[in-house]
Amino acid sequence: MADLLDVRNLKIGATAYPPGEPPKDITIVHGVSFTLQKGKVLGLIGESGAGKSTIGLAALAYGRGGVRITGGEVRLDGEDILKLGGRGIRAIRGNRVCYVAQSAAAAFNPAHRLGDQVIEAAVRHGTLTRSEAWERAKFLFGVLGLPDPEGFGKRYPHQVSGGQLQRAMTAMALCPGPELIVFDEPTTALDVTTQIDVLAAIKRAIDETHTAALYITHDLAVVAQISDDIMVLRHGRMVEHGPVQQIIEAPQEDYTRELVSVGHIQKQEAARQDDALLRIERVDAAYSGHFKVLHDVAVHVPRGQTLAVVGESGSGKSTLARVITGLLPPSKGQVTFKGEALPPQFASRSKEQLRQIQMLYQMADTAMNPRQTVRDIIGRPLTFYFGLRGQEKTRRVSELLEQIEMGKGFIDRYPAELSGGQKQRVCIARALAAEPELILCDEPTSALDPLVAAGILKLLMRLQAETQLSYLFITHDIATVRAIADSIAVMYRGRVVRFGPKSQVLSPPFDDYTDLLLKSVPEMRLGWLEQVLASRRMESAGH
Amino acid sequence: MSQEQGSSGSRLTTPQVMAADLSGPPQTASPSAGRLVTRPLQSWGRFRRHMPLAALIIQRLALSLVLLWAVSVVIFLGIEALPGDFAQTYLGQSATPQAVANIRAELGLDRPALTRYFEWLGGALHFDFGTSWASGSSVSGQIALRLGNTLFLAFWAAAVSVPLAVGLGMLAVHYRNRMPDRVINVLSLAAISLPEFFVGYILILFIAIKGGWVTFPSTVYEGMSFGQRLEAIVLPCATLVLVVLAHMMRMTRAAILNVMSSPYVETAELKGLDTLRIIARHAAPNALAPIINVVALNLAYLVVGVVVVEVVFVYPGMGQYMVDAVTVRDMPVVQACGLIFAAVYILLNMTADILGIIANPRLRHPR
Amino acid sequence: MRWRAIPLSAWVGLIGLTAALLCALFAPWIAPYGEREVVGDIWLPMGGQFVLGTDNLGRDLLSRLIYGAQTTISVAMAATVLSFSLGVMLSFTAAVVGGWTDQGLSRLNDLMMAIPTLIFALIVLAVLPQELWILILVMAVLDSTRVFRLGRAVALDVTVMEFVEAARLRGEGRLWIIFREILPNTLSPLLAEFGLRFAFAVLFLSTLSFLGLGIQPPEADWGGIVKDNKDGIIFGVPAALIPGAAIAGLAVCVNLVVDWLLNRTASLKGGRGDG
Repeated sequence: MADLLDVRNLKIGATAYPPGEPPKDITIVHGVSFTLQKGKVLGLIGESGAGKSTIGLAALAYGRGGVRITGGEVRLDGEDILKLGGRGIRAIRGNRVCYVAQSAAAAFNPAHRLGDQVIEAAVRHGTLTRSEAWERAKFLFGVLGLPDPEGFGKRYPHQVSGGQLQRAMTAMALCPGPELIVFDEPTTALDVTTQIDVLAAIKRAIDETHTAALYITHDLAVVAQISDDIMVLRHGRMVEHGPVQQIIEAPQEDYTRELVSVGHIQKQEAARQDDALLRIERVDAAYSGHFKVLHDVAVHVPRGQTLAVVGESGSGKSTLARVITGLLPPSKGQVTFKGEALPPQFASRSKEQLRQIQMLYQMADTAMNPRQTVRDIIGRPLTFYFGLRGQEKTRRVSELLEQIEMGKGFIDRYPAELSGGQKQRVCIARALAAEPELILCDEPTSALDPLVAAGILKLLMRLQAETQLSYLFITHDIATVRAIADSIAVMYRGRVVRFGPKSQVLSPPFDDYTDLLLKSVPEMRLGWLEQVLASRRMESAGH
Repeated sequence: MSQEQGSSGSRLTTPQVMAADLSGPPQTASPSAGRLVTRPLQSWGRFRRHMPLAALIIQRLALSLVLLWAVSVVIFLGIEALPGDFAQTYLGQSATPQAVANIRAELGLDRPALTRYFEWLGGALHFDFGTSWASGSSVSGQIALRLGNTLFLAFWAAAVSVPLAVGLGMLAVHYRNRMPDRVINVLSLAAISLPEFFVGYILILFIAIKGGWVTFPSTVYEGMSFGQRLEAIVLPCATLVLVVLAHMMRMTRAAILNVMSSPYVETAELKGLDTLRIIARHAAPNALAPIINVVALNLAYLVVGVVVVEVVFVYPGMGQYMVDAVTVRDMPVVQACGLIFAAVYILLNMTADILGIIANPRLRHPR
Repeated sequence: MRWRAIPLSAWVGLIGLTAALLCALFAPWIAPYGEREVVGDIWLPMGGQFVLGTDNLGRDLLSRLIYGAQTTISVAMAATVLSFSLGVMLSFTAAVVGGWTDQGLSRLNDLMMAIPTLIFALIVLAVLPQELWILILVMAVLDSTRVFRLGRAVALDVTVMEFVEAARLRGEGRLWIIFREILPNTLSPLLAEFGLRFAFAVLFLSTLSFLGLGIQPPEADWGGIVKDNKDGIIFGVPAALIPGAAIAGLAVCVNLVVDWLLNRTASLKGGRGDG
């Protein structure tokens, strides 16, 4: 079979503007080559900065924001599209090659109806007449599992949900009947329970239309469900390339092995303990006025252990953190720390009380003052709580840097000079500096690459073992929960649906929501998706 | 177990949904009084949810009226609070106390401030602003004549500058960072730094005096034909246009650039659409709201620019009237002109707000 | 601070500003003649003994211009410093404290901004006695509304960042949060705004003086000099254009420098604002 897409030695560069220095040229992709046959799916996997999106866009001869293709060939059905002029490229985009963006909400024009945008490319390229395109659109809406396929196209982007928009984007890409679709992290921004539906929809659509696809993601478990082959990328270079079975079950390269094993960290559950450090007693909370966000929440964190609070967006888990820290006083119930009730407003708490509960944030970038050095950031709690200054302070900061596995040399750096993982480690050091008893972790690893995130989790576990710290760890990721929790609380729409020791929570019988949640987490083995879909069909047939 | 085909395809029995508590304040001792307050609030809440567009527009109208009233308070009573006795300054330092008292009675300044305020406000609502201290003639009469002139001038300045600004802004975006854009950027930067009188006098010197193409000063009077009026305002209009154009153009450029860098414009490019279609169908509808905002802001700026331009060109409009009155401390005129200028300013801002609301698709098509 | 990184336009602006500043500081030593000294015939043309000619009373225009620089710049600077301090203080307090304080101050600000600046100034100056300090105060209070609006927006942008919340949760006091957490991250836009306010103050003062409500004779700022000489225009005498050009020139220079400042890497997550 002739190759549909033949990429040879693709080189892509860009201009970097480091602050205070003249702009310089850098290379993002260093000579990558691969082929793709008609009807096949190739998964491009890698961490952020690996160049996978850039390569995907190169298949449309497009460079986002100043990125330029500097060398190599991209052959579509034998013809090098990089050599085409503007008109030639426009004839290909939206016609023979289509693109599905990461954020459908941003990619749709708020001023026009969904249906009009879905059929626009097909009609403008002359592939279909307007009425033909509408019919095809309605058909695709049905295939993709959207509600009310007849009327869906008449709605506006802001009137439908995120998962629906993502599927509408897929419909938009399929409508012109392209030979190749580039999926750029289409499910990354979605909840786990929504993700599985969108994933299934995409798989079904690709199977039925025999379209070839490039599927870009950083989640190996997801890509294993949908691709025929996988290419692992790192720093713009290919690390490994092979059939999906080989990559998942017998990876050759070390880096690939690390990526595959990242979901396998498991913490051994600590012995059951009744000494609760933090107790949340039947708490209700509401935002300005009457919109209740938490209903009757009752959980506790045993001393020296980790409670994982898991839920999707809208579950109220972040609100729970705000109640504990005193940013949002509860409308009912109270929070008890070390046996004493905490004042509901943080402004009413003593310095000691504030010191003993510290917080880690999801975005380490905005959690640190960009104008302060690492010395200032970690040192401030030392000065503020313990009165350390000068030499003493520097010494203690160096100690803390060692503890978080970063050298003394970082002490005078600014946050902008640190990598994602390093930034989060500095935030951890800042929390440790206060010598707290409890650290509230609000999704600290969600924004990090899997390998970096694994490193942070290992660090947190090590610190707990050394210092008997307690954690309340908020997350939406079940794999993380398995990796670090002693006890688990599952939240759904502001209520605690399930709470108890890890082994108990993760064993059947399950309530409906936990059941759905656990089933929706992609496992890194082939055929998992089919299995889940089959069991669903069975269950719905049974009713 | 109930089936629920939601967007997430969940098979859940949804837990008891907590009814959002919208019923307002808790029941008080007199429940009927509580309901008196909550009933209209409830109906407004319902109205707001079903017709958000109409509700927002009515809100803006009401807000502007309140603002206008507050401004009238500031203009009248706020001035009263400032140190300085009108009667004293009217007659000068050397006036005798008796003369001062006489003048005060004559001008009606011996009555309490609040009474005079309501009188003034009442008159204003009937477009009667009292009599001028300097000339003794009716203020409203003069305003009727001059307001028309000022609006005529402002209207033509707007009519010329708005299309030019939008056009130049689009041009600058099309040639982003290349020569035409840089030239436009430097020129507009220079233009916004020029005081109106400077531009005015340059035009007068070179076009009217030395060139002899237009007459100076720009007088208009009863019985002039439309064409003659237009000819008379060419120079003042050009001055206004030059100053406002620069401001507006920079802002429209920024607004259009902002829209052009949106993700949905990138999506349109990746669908292989041609540039014209992208600009017309994807960028333009979303740029409408910010551009309207920019235009309205600058029209409000025009209101101020008119004052100086009228003085430079000795044009018989509201601006000239107000400045002359301020120089001789003719308070009824100053207050009346101030109120009218503020009203126009508020009206323009409100229109900008409302047009911006209408241009927002989320509000035109609620869930 | 890399000298080569400064573009040509910014150099032009900086040089112009320096020249104006020197005139303002050393006027008595730079000006060839006295401020009120009558040295020749009325409205003599440029060139020869009088580089810029003479004005409507026969005074040397160049000297008048140099002394005018002193008046214009010092008054505009005083008004700007005052309006800026007032605006920043109020807006930062509103942003950090929030709640009713924020609502109240914002509504008051909206009300003040509902009347165009020039109109408001005209009304107020019609009532108040004509003193220099009153003029500066009026300019400052009216302009502070613009500073308030920008300051509040900028402060709010920073206030919602998590590091501010982290500082609050640590137990830091309000003053620490305003001065050590928020202010350092708002320096770039604030500095640019200061420049813009100064340029506006220069233009505004000149306009007021031109209308006869600003600086009163015998002192004169550039706007006042325009007023003195405006009658010459009818006779083809360009004397009134020269102070006008000076005003425009100063404003252009300030705008060029501000433009440069705004284009430098000032992103919150990026440079550390060196230099």
